[in-house]
Amino acid sequence: MEKWSRFNIASVVLGFGFLYLPIVLLVIFSFNESKLVTVWAGFSTKWYSQLWHNQGLLDAAWVTIRVGLLSATCATVLGTLAALALVRYSRFRGRVLFSGMVYAPLVMPEVITGLSLLLLFVAIGFDRGFWTITLAHITFTMCFVAVVVQSRLLSFDQSIEEAALDLGATPVRTFFAITLPVIAPAVFSGWVLAFTLSLDDLVISSFTTGPGATTLPMKIYSQVRLGVTPEINAICTILIGIVALGVVVASIVTKRREVQRERDERAAIAAIG
Amino acid sequence: MMKSLGSIRRSFAPWADPASKPFISVRNVTKKFGDFTAVDDLSLNIYTREFFALLGASGCGKSTLLRMLAGFEQPTSGEIILDGQNLAGIPPYRRPVNMMFQSYALFPHMTVENNIAFGLKQDGMPKADIAERVAQMLKLVKLEKFSQRKPHQLSGGQRQRVALARSLAKRPKVLLLDEPLGALDKKLREETQFELMDLQQELGLTFVIVTHDQEEAMTMADRIAVMSHGKVVQVATPAEIYEAPNSRFVADFIGDVNLFDGTVTSAEGGSVRIETTGGIPLRMASAEKPANGAKAAVAIRPEKIRISRQPPAHAPINAAEGEIWDIGYLGDMTVFHVRLKDGKVVKASALNAVRAVEDPLGYDQQVWVSFGEDAGVVLKD
Repeated sequence: MEKWSRFNIASVVLGFGFLYLPIVLLVIFSFNESKLVTVWAGFSTKWYSQLWHNQGLLDAAWVTIRVGLLSATCATVLGTLAALALVRYSRFRGRVLFSGMVYAPLVMPEVITGLSLLLLFVAIGFDRGFWTITLAHITFTMCFVAVVVQSRLLSFDQSIEEAALDLGATPVRTFFAITLPVIAPAVFSGWVLAFTLSLDDLVISSFTTGPGATTLPMKIYSQVRLGVTPEINAICTILIGIVALGVVVASIVTKRREVQRERDERAAIAAIG
Repeated sequence: MMKSLGSIRRSFAPWADPASKPFISVRNVTKKFGDFTAVDDLSLNIYTREFFALLGASGCGKSTLLRMLAGFEQPTSGEIILDGQNLAGIPPYRRPVNMMFQSYALFPHMTVENNIAFGLKQDGMPKADIAERVAQMLKLVKLEKFSQRKPHQLSGGQRQRVALARSLAKRPKVLLLDEPLGALDKKLREETQFELMDLQQELGLTFVIVTHDQEEAMTMADRIAVMSHGKVVQVATPAEIYEAPNSRFVADFIGDVNLFDGTVTSAEGGSVRIETTGGIPLRMASAEKPANGAKAAVAIRPEKIRISRQPPAHAPINAAEGEIWDIGYLGDMTVFHVRLKDGKVVKASALNAVRAVEDPLGYDQQVWVSFGEDAGVVLKD
């Protein structure tokens, strides 16, 4: 083991403290007995049970989840198609323009994306609400999916698709039987990314929402303006828990698969020797 | 019991018979990628049950030609006829050919069994028949025990066999092999070469193989097409290619060769006299009669050059004096580099037929190199 110098310890503590102190405080105060957010008055889970009686929050959570599931799924389909087009058909006219345009939302300020979408919905007379939020989320998460899937496709051995064609599979069958299963992990992580982004988006949702469609981040934000309540801390803790669980499960699955693969390869080599 | 290769192959030469119809006919095919011409007005015929090799350095267009046969590329002009059918516009999934890929291209998410069954499933073959055929293919490539493994659980050699089994499972009329042994180590490669030949014979298929390895092509193929810059330079049997190359390029590309450049001084009665630029008078057997004064080159393989301490009886014709410059001992034979008086280095190889020679040739010794009149080929420059 390498020795930890004082400098190393200090930088790690500082770095992680900077990142996690606010979150830790939030989690701790979500278990606070007192109604005053910054005064500790003993441990309690009462704010969590109160959540179940706050219809406004529950509705917002439900909207958020529906928007997330729907937009992540649509964005995954569109993003995967865009990635395929960009990687595979490298010789079509306007490819550079197209790829630049797919990535633009990655660097575009959210305010501008939100505003332009709002203008569009107003211009075409689209009633704002659940569907406009979903459409907006598809728009801005699609490019993230495209990036993730594209990086997988770049290392994809195209000869396996040719082999499938050669063995008599039509291009459509080749896609579903060969390409999609092989890139599935990347497509799945694209979906998770899109879902997470949709889950915590505030700016674009605020621009494109209408009456009756309030997402959880919007609800939280509007309540915080009236003062932070321990209830908000509780719901945020739950959100953190969900996201953390997702990350941990995803990394465990990946690690397991890697370990299994290594073991298989070693076994194969041993079998020859 | 399988017939031995020799009993069948001895008389196998459909290309020499004007009455036999080619199975694959490539007619004036050109393939361009933008400004680059990968295949240039190429024509050749391949016959049923032939083991045909496309040999050339990388970028010579051999793989492009193979991919046009498979249907992954369309010719820019010209046509390819397979068994009487024009292949133009027919996609890869409707062609009666299968290909074995250089990278093997096994489906990583499928077991060995499912890899082999994939093509059969596409044809809608009944399940029982698929199982039977897969078992048969696994037996053929000796991988019965590995049917449930995924590709990454196999060694390189095993993967190669799966790829072969998969490409043979549909019983294609033609099997295309793209550098099939490139990823194997030398020993395994040599074994597999003979296995492929036996397999081809047993199944009675037409094989078209692409390779840059001349030894591989020489070992396996009935005929070799030597390619360069998108054109076929020579199509002939391995022996013809080696012993009677039609150009400097082929002579130099296949095996080791000594090239003597010179000028024709006379040509009569089936032999040509040539004075080399180094001043050696040569007399070579040749059916052709080049004009006096024409530039010509004589190609002689190292193993056809003799080394002796005394000048041969026919000296100075077809003989030259020099000193031993380098010696390479390869076990089965020894390669000598002899430096002639004019500075030209001649390669000569001698078989080590006995274990110990009383007085072996050593460095810096003065020796004579010589060869017979039919040892080399006269090439027009």
